[in-house]
Order: sequence, then structure tokens, then C-alpha cells
Amino acid sequence: MNIQVEDPALELHDLTVAYDKKPVLWGIDLTVPKGKLACICGPNGAGKSTLIKAVMDLIPATGGYSKIFGKEFSEVRKEVSYVPQRETVDWDFPASVYDVVMMGRYGELGLFKRPRMADREVVMDSLRKVGMENFKDRQISQLSGGQQQRVFLARALAQQSEVYFMDEPFAGVDAATEKAIVSILKEMSENDKTVIVVHHDLQSVEKYFDWVILLNLRLVASGPTEDVFTNELLQEAYGGKLSLLSEVGNLMKQKKFPQREK
Amino acid sequence: MESALWIILAGTLVATSCGILGCFLILRKMAMVGDAISHAVLPGIVIAFLISGSRDSVTMLIGAGLIGILTTFLIEFFHKKGKLQTDASIGVTFTWLFAIGVIMITAFAGQVDLDQDCVLYGEIAYVPIDLWITDGGTVMGPRVVYIAGTVLVLNILFVSIFYKELFLTTFDPAFASAIGISTALWHYLLMGAVSVTTVASFESVGAILVVALLVAPPATAYLLTHKLKQMILISVILGVLISISGYFIALLFDGSIAGAMAIAAGFFFALSYLFSPQNGILIKKKIDMVEA
Repeated sequence: MNIQVEDPALELHDLTVAYDKKPVLWGIDLTVPKGKLACICGPNGAGKSTLIKAVMDLIPATGGYSKIFGKEFSEVRKEVSYVPQRETVDWDFPASVYDVVMMGRYGELGLFKRPRMADREVVMDSLRKVGMENFKDRQISQLSGGQQQRVFLARALAQQSEVYFMDEPFAGVDAATEKAIVSILKEMSENDKTVIVVHHDLQSVEKYFDWVILLNLRLVASGPTEDVFTNELLQEAYGGKLSLLSEVGNLMKQKKFPQREK
Repeated sequence: MESALWIILAGTLVATSCGILGCFLILRKMAMVGDAISHAVLPGIVIAFLISGSRDSVTMLIGAGLIGILTTFLIEFFHKKGKLQTDASIGVTFTWLFAIGVIMITAFAGQVDLDQDCVLYGEIAYVPIDLWITDGGTVMGPRVVYIAGTVLVLNILFVSIFYKELFLTTFDPAFASAIGISTALWHYLLMGAVSVTTVASFESVGAILVVALLVAPPATAYLLTHKLKQMILISVILGVLISISGYFIALLFDGSIAGAMAIAAGFFFALSYLFSPQNGILIKKKIDMVEA
């Protein structure tokens, strides 16, 4: 199952990525239409983050290409936002919430220029959208996991892009933040923004996303959620591990085990 | 009295330069790269010395700057291509470069107006004697003060013009690359600045103590604030205090001024470790007691 569309926001053709000559992504071919809220799912080590990083030119592709709106990434850099995994930065860094969100404007500003009034307004607007305007002067070391994720999302919003790549935005966040983030993402997709999210929790896929990319080193499937999110394709992506996973998931749904925050 | 002022001024200029750059070094978790560079530039200085035949500062700064960037490159190279841990590649790189420098000084001792002790420990007390005299014969004042002053101005310009880029590439390199800000470029520019600053500090505080000035004031400031701009400002103020108190401690005990400056730096760090408003262990204890 691999649904190809005309005029895609993201197009990958035969994309292959290798670390130390060991391929971690093999010949990925897919398209994601504009305005979709898409998720990339697959077991650990399936290459989900690698896929995003290869698209963003953060790691070199060994073969194939990726295009955004039919262009090279370097040409449309300003149209693309990136939310890295929360743990990739040092949250004890001496910076305020406002400072971090302002970084979203740096790409637009370029060298030498300082932020202007318009940039400040965009930053405040982004903070309001994620419900963090009252925390603007808070030091980032004093934020909870959920608040950190909101700040990262606000930074991405401040970029005012067309396409958003997010690496596990729901990892280790509280339920209220997850809900808030999902409603922001849905609003973005309603405004014709394309959002592509690396996602772990299979339970919520059908509820949140309208496009699913199933990955396990190779592409297993890509298409609308109702076509791709089938037991058969999930089995193919997760192999034997899924039955165990889904059982654990079902148990958690029944609240037999308390769900722990990371 | 005038010489005391020159010495304190030289110390202040060096300490503030180091403090400004040191903030970025410790936030990048690269304090020890500063240590490595300060040692590794030694062969660069000697080679520049042998080529130019004089203690011409500009040649020395360029020579050392190049070796400093080479050091950074080698550290990255061994780490990325050689699969060596960062600390191991730092250890391998700077020790042999430093050793080559020491061998060169000894081998060319006759031709080179450099002294091992001076290179290692610096001799800031000689600052007022080493004057810059123009071709016309006018005495302009101590040479070191001019060099350190120029380097400080360059550092202030570098950090204030490119604050945004340094801030972002230090905090979140992946995001910086994604929006088209080259992390490698800013890494090497910062390391080049550290190399040049190290050389400018060399004659006054020496290769070993310059590390104290690169790391201790920013580390102290880090405990006192949660804002980067304030952290830089506090490092600068500490640089001034360290220089003044170092001079008088040395006077009191009739010891090395550079050594006393390092002691003062350590003393200020200890104070902030104990009494910092947010992180001080005594304050924390007090809060615990109040809460308990």
C-alpha cells in the first residue's frame, strides 16, 4: 500500500540513508499531500527520526532524493519548520522561554539583523497559541516536560512555515499538553499547513492523524489512515512484536497499569 | 604605582576577553577544548617566531590562530572519523602539539627569545617594562596592553554582532543547521577567537593559567544567573575583580601575580558555589530547613 499523490508537499524518491555503510533506510518512495496531518510510525530503530533528518539535510542521504513542493530543501528552507526531540538540547541552558521562541525568527532575520517589532509580535502570538504567554520570561530550566515541548512547538510556529517536521512531540508530556498540541496541529492542518510527526503511541494514531507512513527500514505503507492503519500492515511493520505491544496497549487502556510519564 | 596600574589593566583586558569567550565554551561543554587550544598554540607561536624573527605580535597571533583551528579540526577529526571519544581525542591532540612546541623552544633556545617558564606561567610583572616604542622614538606604553586591548575589542565585536548565531548554534545545533546556520562555521570561528585570545594572554598569564581565566569566571557566573547576557556581563566583572585582587594578593605574599589571579578566580567560584541565590549549597540548605 503506497498512495502517491499529485503536487505533494513532501516527495521522497528511492531515499537511502546509511550510517557507516550500514543502511538504516532503504529506498523509500512516498508522497505526502499538502495540508495533511501525517504520522511516521514504526518500531524502535525503524529509521523514523533518520527519515526526518535526511529530509532536513541534517544527515546526508546515500542515494535517492527528497523534495518539498517539488524543490530541493535548501531552496525552500524558510518554508520548513523543525521540532527536534526534546532531549537533544540542554534545558539548563541560560535562556528564557522568549529567547528560545525568538530563535524561530532567526532564519528569516539572517546575519547582522536584530529582531524587530514584527518579530516580537510573531513570538508573542506563537506563545499565546501554545498557552505559554505568561511564561515568557521564565527560565527554561524551570519548565516541566510538557511546557518544554510547548516552547519547542511555539518556536516552530514562529517560523511561519508551510511544512512542519516534529520528532516525537508527545514523548513524556502530560495529558493536558498532548491535547493542547493535538488541537494546535489540527488547526494548522485546517489552515493547509502540512505537519509530519514521528509518533510512538499506536493507540492514538487513528484519533489524531489523517495520513500514516509505516516504516521499518523500508517503507511498509503510506496513505490515508483508514487504508494504512490495518492490522495486516501493522503486523508487517512491527513483525511479531506487535501482538505483545497491542496487548500491553489494551491493558493500559483498561487502566490495569498506570501510565507512567517518561 | 603607574606600573601597578599597567599590570592590573593588562590582567583585566586578558581576563575579560577570556571570560566572554569562556561563557560559550562552557555552555558548549567544551571547556577542555579551551585548555587544549591554549597548550597547542605553542608550536604556532614558535614557528611564527622563527619565520618573522621577532616578537611581532600580528605574526604570532596569525600563527597561533591557525594552529588553534588546526587543533580543533584534529579533535573533531579523531572524534568523528577515528571513532575516538571526545576527551580522548582532546588528550591526544594537544599533548603532542604542546610537546612539539616545548621541543622547539628548547632546540631553538639560542635563536628564540622565548623562555619555557614564561610560556607556561607567564610573567605579568614584566608588562610595564616591555614597552612599545614607535620608529620615531615615542614611548606608547606597554606592548601587551595594546595587544590585549585590541583582542578584547575584537572579541566584543565578534560576540555582539554575531550573538544570535553563537547563541543558537550553542543551544540547539540541529535546529540551527535546519534553518541554514552553519554550526561548523561558528564552531571554527569561536575556536579561532579562543586561539587568538589565548596567544594574547600568553605573555601575561601563560599557557596553564589562561585556562583558569577561560573557565572559572564563566563557571562562577553560570551559578549566579540563568540569562546568557547576564552570564557574560558577570564574567566580565569577575575578570576585573580577579585582576585587581590577584595583584594585591601577589603583593601581599610576594608571589606570582598570574598565580594569585588563578587563586582569586578559584576563590570567587567557591563564594558563588556556597552563596549563589539559586544554586548555592548554603542557600539550598537554608531553604530546606525553612521548608522542613
